[in-house]
Amino acid sequence: MSEPWEDDELEGPVRKFMYVNRKAPYGTIYALESLEVVLIAAAFEQDVTLAFLDDGVYQIVKGQDTEEIGVKNFSPIYRALEGYDVEKLFVEKESLESRGLTADDLVVPVEVISREQMADLMEEQEVILSF
Amino acid sequence: MPIEVNGKTLETDEEGYLANLNEWEPEVATIMAKEDGTELTDAHWEVINFLREYYDEYQIAPAVRVLTKAIGKKLGKDKGNSKYLYELFPYGPAKQACKYAGLPKPTGCV
Repeated sequence: MSEPWEDDELEGPVRKFMYVNRKAPYGTIYALESLEVVLIAAAFEQDVTLAFLDDGVYQIVKGQDTEEIGVKNFSPIYRALEGYDVEKLFVEKESLESRGLTADDLVVPVEVISREQMADLMEEQEVILSF
Repeated sequence: MPIEVNGKTLETDEEGYLANLNEWEPEVATIMAKEDGTELTDAHWEVINFLREYYDEYQIAPAVRVLTKAIGKKLGKDKGNSKYLYELFPYGPAKQACKYAGLPKPTGCV
């Protein structure tokens, strides 16, 4: 029997998972739930990609203040993703631009790609989960 | 089961994690550890304090793999390994240390 600390390496297949985030961070539970499952997939050492489209780009916008709506500001969690080896974060250029935002307005480093490139990226995935 | 700390009653969830993170004080860790039959040493406190700082910055309790790596970066390689952390926190470093630190149970902890 192995000791618990020898159980670090997980067995099993690694799949390419993409989590597509399309909704504003608050008002619905989608953004937070997506983040939770991203963390779980990362804990199982899967190949995780995050995509932010439409109002989903607001999830990672800087300077969120949730005090008035009485919920937790969970945007700092996106900055922890790097520690989970989740480093593939893509933002759709069109969504960002139509909201008057740039990559400098975001809490984490991302790659900004066009709608067409996003489609190609989706094509490469094995599993896509849309939130 | 609620715990008694300095004359105050603090609510916990069914697994013994503090219901309200803001009610934490060092005594909480000492009392929880005592219930598990553990005496907290400086080495334990190093991890507990690290977790509180981590939570303060990122608003989550790290998964064990992430904790191990981050501890290694901050406190040195001899401490950033599972064996060292499991010896300190035999019930699972992330789970047990997070509980003492007043944090929620880490996501992805199965």
